[in-house]
Amino acid sequence: MLALAGGALRASLGARALAAGGASLRGYGTTLGVEGDVLTAEVNPFKTHRIDPPSTTVSATKAELLQYFRDLYRLRRMEISADMLYKAKAIRGFCHLYDGQEAVIVGLEAALNHKDSIITSYRDHATHVMRGGTVLEVIAELMGRTKGASKGKGGSMHMYRRQTNFFGGQGIVGAQVPLGAGLALAHQYKGEGGVAVAMYGDGAANQGQIFESFNMAALWDLPCIFVCENNHYGMGTAEWRAAKSPAFYTRGDYMPGMNCDGMDVLAVRQAFAYAKEYAVANGPIVLEMDTYRYHGHSMSDPGSTYRTRDEISSIRQQRDPIEHVRKLLVDNGLAEASELKAIEKEVKAEIDGAIEEAKAAAHPEAKELWTNIYQDDLGMTLRGIESNHKHKYA
Amino acid sequence: MESDPKTLCFGEDVAFGGVFMCSRGLLDRFGRARVFNTPLSEQGIVGFAIGAAAEGYSPIAEIQFADYIFPAFDQITNEAAKYRYRSGGVYDVGGLTIRAPYGAVGHGGHYHSQSPEAFFTHIPGVKVVMPSGPREAKGLLLAAIREPDPVIFFEAKMLYRTAVEEVPEGDFMLPLGKARIAQAGTDITLVGWGQQVRVLELAAKEVAERDGISCEVIDLRTLVPWDIDTVAASVNKTGRLLVSHEAPLSSGFGAEVVSRITDRCFYALEAPPVRVCGYDIPFPLVYEPLYLPTARRVADAVRHTLQHS
Repeated sequence: MLALAGGALRASLGARALAAGGASLRGYGTTLGVEGDVLTAEVNPFKTHRIDPPSTTVSATKAELLQYFRDLYRLRRMEISADMLYKAKAIRGFCHLYDGQEAVIVGLEAALNHKDSIITSYRDHATHVMRGGTVLEVIAELMGRTKGASKGKGGSMHMYRRQTNFFGGQGIVGAQVPLGAGLALAHQYKGEGGVAVAMYGDGAANQGQIFESFNMAALWDLPCIFVCENNHYGMGTAEWRAAKSPAFYTRGDYMPGMNCDGMDVLAVRQAFAYAKEYAVANGPIVLEMDTYRYHGHSMSDPGSTYRTRDEISSIRQQRDPIEHVRKLLVDNGLAEASELKAIEKEVKAEIDGAIEEAKAAAHPEAKELWTNIYQDDLGMTLRGIESNHKHKYA
Repeated sequence: MESDPKTLCFGEDVAFGGVFMCSRGLLDRFGRARVFNTPLSEQGIVGFAIGAAAEGYSPIAEIQFADYIFPAFDQITNEAAKYRYRSGGVYDVGGLTIRAPYGAVGHGGHYHSQSPEAFFTHIPGVKVVMPSGPREAKGLLLAAIREPDPVIFFEAKMLYRTAVEEVPEGDFMLPLGKARIAQAGTDITLVGWGQQVRVLELAAKEVAERDGISCEVIDLRTLVPWDIDTVAASVNKTGRLLVSHEAPLSSGFGAEVVSRITDRCFYALEAPPVRVCGYDIPFPLVYEPLYLPTARRVADAVRHTLQHS
């Protein structure tokens, strides 16, 4: 029914459309029951392309749900803190926040492990943390300090973590997807049962290199999960304005694909577990996560010129990933509201501590301009502040 | 857009006005058949523009930041530049104009600050134009659009919001291939383009006040084809050349200028020509002011060159 409403709305829109891209306001599925501390629920149905869907009946223990709650909340608070720090000019440059989309990365990590590789776009702060990084590494990197994930040289868009196979954070839209196919080749070659996850957005989905990657991965049966995090807007452009077919899970054509409720961590976990099993056994698959970002594209985008505030607040009220997990826990008697409040308090303290430490951390030295260009730095001189200061870097 | 109904204007977010408001109001005036948004596909945008130009249209294709132009590099090099040549003149894409904001802006980091003009000056068949301010931009852009050859037009993004100038209303054009003497002088010729011209003017002011050195500042305006005669005449007069650009030093367009002027003005030169440019590093996220060829560095190099005997 919402699809029809969307269509009629679309037809009546003029040049300055402010209505929803393709974001839907469906609620969550239903809880089926609790036994001991195991909750069983139905998630929203998966839309599939050339593949049968996994079961929509999922289970989670109290411990798992509490962990998801903590993770989701930590990511949310971190991004909100980044927003405040940016406005206070402690963070400058580009900053693309993930708040609203947290369930995607939390669900992904619940299904996969750190031997699997991930590569994503510039909206990578949450990815870094879920790949085992710390909030300090993110905040410090945003502030351009040496304690940051990339020693302050990468910034918001370029965070990496080698020990857990997080290949970052890239600035050029879509460029990470062929790289993801390459990561999958390595997994195939090594034969250890790992997958590569190549994440991109609805804007990037129209880049030619995405299709080149699809073809190569499918041709060679690479264990690659292509993930379109569809938050329905490429910067300010609604998905249906940019894509002839915004059913991104079908854009792999010959490749199987699945659309999943990206605001429900349990649905996401189910989708990724299924996709990994498929990819390791058969080859690449496309997942489309139906998700939403509360912030604009970046901190320089208010996010309200191309979508209505009603849309944003409706999603927040009806589909917020954190509130969903809170309800699952509290409404089903698995946890008290006070327990969750206590977690929130701990997380806030963690974030505040990280911010203080980041603020006190050192800036990179000037010589870092010259390092990491080639394997062997080529030996350059840099004029300092005064004309007779010459810094030589061998 | 007004004078030629076969002119089109498109790119990412162009219809609402563009991320730098360069196309504001155009949709209302000329309609969505001529002013429209494209998906996020640089190679597609440029290829599509080349096709439209081959049909005789004047597409003005915008690449949102020059840093994103590289997926389209093949289309520019192998299609736009060679269409006329390989068809023996049967077809050409002279109506094509590609606009892209370039250059450091203070917080752009790796992918919103690059100056890629040098790559494009190495492609016979396309022209490269870089205005140094609002008035220049208007005159040069109108000329570039009307030029019967494909033109790549790099706009200094730092100046979008900071430059304040008197710009003539109405239609006017500035000639392509002709440099502008921004400031006359006698001791040394400073050559730059785009937003770097203002830096040269600042450096010229500093050395005039502090050291009594008189600089002639030349704004090249067009890099391909560039006005060798004006620069040579200047260097023959001053005996010294300094070229400055934000792009990294090695193989930047400064190398072309120095090489050709050395050839033309060898016996008039009192000192080796010097280039004050960005370092041979990726455009840095941190310490951007250290990377950039600031007025201080230029002034330093001017003094050093003047001391050479």
